[in-house]
Amino acid sequence: MTLPATTLPRRSKLPPGLLRPAVLLPWAIGVALVAYVFISGGYLVTVLGFAAIYAIFVTGLNFFMGYTGQVSFGQNAFAAIGGYTSAVLTTAYKWPVFAAMPVGIAAAGLLALAIGYPTLRLRGHYLAMATLALGLIVQEVAVQWDSITMGYTGISAIPALGAFGWELPNDRAQLAAMLAALALCLWISSRLKHSRLGHALAAIAGSEDAARALGIDVARYKLLAFVIAALYAAFSGSLFVHFVSFVSPEVFGLHMVVLGFTMLYVGGIGTVFGPLVGAFIISLLPETFRGFKEYQDLAYGAALIALLIYAPKGLSSLGRFFPNKFSGKREEDQA
Amino acid sequence: MQTNPPLLATAGLRARYGKVEALHATDLTVASGELVAVLGPNGAGKSTLLRAIMGLADGAGEVRFEGRPLPRGDARAVAMRGVILVPEGRGIFGPMTVRENLDLGAYMLGHARGEIAARMERVFALFPRLQHRQKQLAGSMSGGEQQMLAIGRAMMAGPKLLLLDEPSLGLAPRLAAEILETLGRLNQEGLGILLVEQRAPLALKLAKRAYLLSVGRVVAEVTPDQIASPHDLARYYFAAA
Repeated sequence: MTLPATTLPRRSKLPPGLLRPAVLLPWAIGVALVAYVFISGGYLVTVLGFAAIYAIFVTGLNFFMGYTGQVSFGQNAFAAIGGYTSAVLTTAYKWPVFAAMPVGIAAAGLLALAIGYPTLRLRGHYLAMATLALGLIVQEVAVQWDSITMGYTGISAIPALGAFGWELPNDRAQLAAMLAALALCLWISSRLKHSRLGHALAAIAGSEDAARALGIDVARYKLLAFVIAALYAAFSGSLFVHFVSFVSPEVFGLHMVVLGFTMLYVGGIGTVFGPLVGAFIISLLPETFRGFKEYQDLAYGAALIALLIYAPKGLSSLGRFFPNKFSGKREEDQA
Repeated sequence: MQTNPPLLATAGLRARYGKVEALHATDLTVASGELVAVLGPNGAGKSTLLRAIMGLADGAGEVRFEGRPLPRGDARAVAMRGVILVPEGRGIFGPMTVRENLDLGAYMLGHARGEIAARMERVFALFPRLQHRQKQLAGSMSGGEQQMLAIGRAMMAGPKLLLLDEPSLGLAPRLAAEILETLGRLNQEGLGILLVEQRAPLALKLAKRAYLLSVGRVVAEVTPDQIASPHDLARYYFAAA
């Protein structure tokens, strides 16, 4: 059957505007930075590793907050479940890393399903408070259940990333693996954002009532976004414990949520690459200001305020200030 | 002789916000292929009436569509029966493109690309401007274009009954008349329409009947020839007061 003249336009293989200098330049700087870190090694490998882990965490948070317009202060709970499951299974039970990781991720997904079903009936501040409580409860469990979690002492000597009895030999190899995982996570995020699911989530973010009136199953999609965010958080938590070989309750504390929010807003909430930009900028900023010595925190805070004043939609949105002769009029995903 | 049930019939439909009842027991009907107007001043309960029909407002009472009850409190199920709301303020998704908004209108069709394309063709025939602005972000369009998009998106859902909440709100008179003229065409083709409108003269040009709403109650059911001037409208309202 031939379709009428207005069938869906052929989608370009490249996202619109990808070849613009304003888009290419940050990517080139990012690639150069990663290359420099790989060559120089040392402490910066650890910094970049944390940035990659946080970028995965925030990409998940972006699903729920950016794409779906909901709010969650409790994603650290799912990171903790992913991290602790991986840590316990690989140390106490000697499971291989790549077997333990999926178990932690699945456990977090199931908990998100169970918690999300009743909780997501709440809206706005009430949902925020409920998710905040979830994060606090899981952290308290990590402290109190010391027969499994070792309480504040934490679990150490967690094996590094690897598979089939083989561990990645050094930090650089682990970083490369995590960057590959991050690329996969971003690709999935991009595909889902531009899919039927992504459009339904965007409709929910715009107006739940309007989405319902179009036949969209709002409750189901909110739950789905919450579960996806939890899976990403658990994956990042699991990567974290294998990268640093240690876990304790403080690792997944409230500061993780605060840092995640900061990265999301600085990078650009609701954009595909905002979490990546935010995670790398926020991770590297303190290093940049190390020369300020005792004024380091002051300079860091001032830089954050400046970023949010001059790029209120996040750094990903800055591309719109440059000429756009290659793309259509849509600009919000181009950073 | 058995007569066909009306397309839409409400019986004792009520709606409330918290403890405040914004719509008192309301009975109205829309016959198949009929365009019925709901007129009333600000705060009369017109938007609440449409929300109550959709199941978006708390309340009580019965709504029957094609002779069968519509589920209460489940707007999705109502939409799936073919009742589509174009809400006040248009309800378009500003960060999405025109095309994506229209695609969302056909959400209930799933992946039936052929049918979606055919419906989009029809929407572009109704509103050619939308065809030229497919890639434009909906939020960056003018008010009139946004209203066209809101109606176009509703048409993508393949409605049997369209609930329209103030489609002329905030539009220049010429544009408002253009949009209402399009609605008139859709109605002539057999689409049932319940039109909430403050601009009574515009609505009464199209409607065969109108309900007058005041302070959450239907105070009169009139035909356009009974409302020759704004004074006639005022007379009905004062008579009800």
